[in-house]
Amino acid sequence: MEYNWDWGVLFREPYFGWIIDGIGWTVTVSIAAWIIAFTIGSVVGVARTVPVRWVRSAATVYVELFRNIPLLVQLFLWYFVLPEVLPREWGLWMKREMPLPEVTTAIIGLGFYTASRVAEQVRSGIEAIPRGQSMAGYATGLTTVQLYRHILVPVAYRLIVPPLTSEFLTIFKNSSLALTIGVLETTARSRQITEFTFQGFEAFTAATVIYIVITLTVTAFMTVVDERAKIPGFITGGR
Amino acid sequence: MTFDFGVIVDALPFLIQGLGLSFLLTILAASGGIVLAVVLALMRLSGYRSLSLISAAYVNFFRSMPLILVIFWFFFLVPLIIGRPVGGFYSALIAFTLFEAAYYSEIIRAGIQSVSRGQIAAGYATGLTYAQTMRFIVLPQAFRNMTPVLLTQGIVLFQDTSLVYVVALRDFMTATTIVARNEGRLIEMYVFAAAVYFVICFAGSLYVRRLQRKHGR
Amino acid sequence: MRETRAFIERLPSTFRAVLGAGALVVAFGSTPAIAQELTGTLAKINESGTILVGHRETSIPFSWIDSDGGDPKGYSIDLCMKVVDKVKEVLEKPDLNVRFVPVTPQTRIPLLANGTIDIECGSTTNKLSRQEQVSYLPTTFITGTKLLVKKDSGIAQLEDLVGKRIALAQGTTNERVIKAMIEEQSLDIDVLNVADHAEGFLSLETDRVDAYSTDHILLFGLITRSNSPEDYEVVGDFLSYDPYAIMVRRNDADFQLLGTRVIADLFRTGEIKEIYAKWFEPFPTSDAVSEPPTDLLQASWRINAFPE
Repeated sequence: MEYNWDWGVLFREPYFGWIIDGIGWTVTVSIAAWIIAFTIGSVVGVARTVPVRWVRSAATVYVELFRNIPLLVQLFLWYFVLPEVLPREWGLWMKREMPLPEVTTAIIGLGFYTASRVAEQVRSGIEAIPRGQSMAGYATGLTTVQLYRHILVPVAYRLIVPPLTSEFLTIFKNSSLALTIGVLETTARSRQITEFTFQGFEAFTAATVIYIVITLTVTAFMTVVDERAKIPGFITGGR
Repeated sequence: MTFDFGVIVDALPFLIQGLGLSFLLTILAASGGIVLAVVLALMRLSGYRSLSLISAAYVNFFRSMPLILVIFWFFFLVPLIIGRPVGGFYSALIAFTLFEAAYYSEIIRAGIQSVSRGQIAAGYATGLTYAQTMRFIVLPQAFRNMTPVLLTQGIVLFQDTSLVYVVALRDFMTATTIVARNEGRLIEMYVFAAAVYFVICFAGSLYVRRLQRKHGR
Repeated sequence: MRETRAFIERLPSTFRAVLGAGALVVAFGSTPAIAQELTGTLAKINESGTILVGHRETSIPFSWIDSDGGDPKGYSIDLCMKVVDKVKEVLEKPDLNVRFVPVTPQTRIPLLANGTIDIECGSTTNKLSRQEQVSYLPTTFITGTKLLVKKDSGIAQLEDLVGKRIALAQGTTNERVIKAMIEEQSLDIDVLNVADHAEGFLSLETDRVDAYSTDHILLFGLITRSNSPEDYEVVGDFLSYDPYAIMVRRNDADFQLLGTRVIADLFRTGEIKEIYAKWFEPFPTSDAVSEPPTDLLQASWRINAFPE
């Protein structure tokens, strides 16, 4: 194999700056999308368990819709299609006035997609709680809202920390899809360095190491969270 | 804004070709991935520390990588390493197989562990070797238990194949994009793509659910 | 000849090798090319029975495909097919398999270097920095970076884009030229990174950006394909010099020579003019646009019309 190794390329300007920049966007897009995913996912997940039929149906439609269309297609729908079907002014706003159009679109697309997966975890967490707890709640005179607020939701979240960790990790990996709409995150930057320097091995290795470090960091952080969140003596897992 | 769905009809043969490639990639990568995953799972549960570590490292490595990055690796660099071209489709196939194997192996590991230890002990007691116990007792039951989960992962894989778009391999997604841009009909084409993926994946997940009910799980 | 071939192919392989060697000496003794040891790309093509032709999807009229799923076509594709014909002749393989592989600006060089394609027929600028990775056949077209804008935008040059957005295709020479200019002159111009020409045009069409920049000839191609060609115009001076050429693998003198010979032949015999006219006079996508060969291009053809 003919190949001129040059690991120094990764630390030369502008390439070093590109990598740092790429990490910045990967983290920004992922964290921001996670906030959306967690918020919407929680609402939809709870909605899938409430004793009101139409709310449950609406939540189910959301989950099935966002789970059964590939993320790439969803991103393209948000990016290429939505601005064109909206009234012209709104579409123009999305494309021009909205701060960082591509990044924002990626965050929204990734957030709404991941929300459907978070919703499923929240639902399974709530369903894993023994019925006795709900009954006990109602018996002490709690309303349904109070029951969710004080018993079901807090317990469910403490149960589903492990599967949520895995979703949180997935969002970092999935943020690489943002490159398809022009966001220069880590993977895009490594490909760009390959184009400019032809040092593909070095560039892709750098990206690989970055994702592994992100995974290890997030896993370590979430292990601490899980330890704190664990309910002593509660055996039923979230899954 | 006028919609023109006639463009889809005209391009149908081209789109169906793309869909064929998506299915082919899914089926081959799923088969290859499951075979490799069984090996990885058995290594992980083998009791040999070194084998178990290798398997764990493999799984954790691929599970921390974005699929797009894996596709880039295999598309550009593997032919350089092995010194000969493998072609776009095979590059993608190898990337998906190795990538999915990491996910399948976790499913299969759980499946194997779901078979009660008593059965394994019984296998050994009747004089079966390790391989025979696995082959005739553990794996058949494990696969029966985990079929729904494996199928669900298959649906995820089918969705993931759309990512070969980034290297212009002509699957359904790439074909859709080509038509969309050639004809200037992005709205129709991407809505159509979403509908096609949805129908296939939703039908798949309904089937999985029926299977789960039949198994009484 | 066909029947003999089929007969030979049915024989066991060792037998075939012996027969083949004999046949080489007897039948093809007169063609020195095949008697020589084949190397590099030619050996690879000979062994696999397939030549892998890299093409673009939206480089009109050089190399693009239609929605009907047919083979790629265009000026560069035609020229490459001449090279393919020569390969068939040299290898004595009239039914050589030709497989088209789509490439993008980002993938074309790595895929050529790693052997996924054997020859790239697109709209690729011959650049010295790229020659560190690949080799080129003689220049077949000359163009340069310009701007594509909407007619009513009032934009006439790069400087007019201050405070506005421009789309650039990742991996193109134009991307680097424009980005360098923006940096050098500290212009406040926002850049949108797009995947290819079609996406760049789309961004302009849908007002996501105010300009798209690539080689002027490709901009013409994009306009002819749009739903309302009259709304667009190509503006500004040439911001770069982009001589197009077919790419082949580096360090493969035999294959490069074969390709150079084919192209030089076309230049010398004047056949290039017919091929050129087929794709540029007028454009295949619009009768209204015609681009006769410039004096510079004709001079380039003449310079590269090496004698045998």
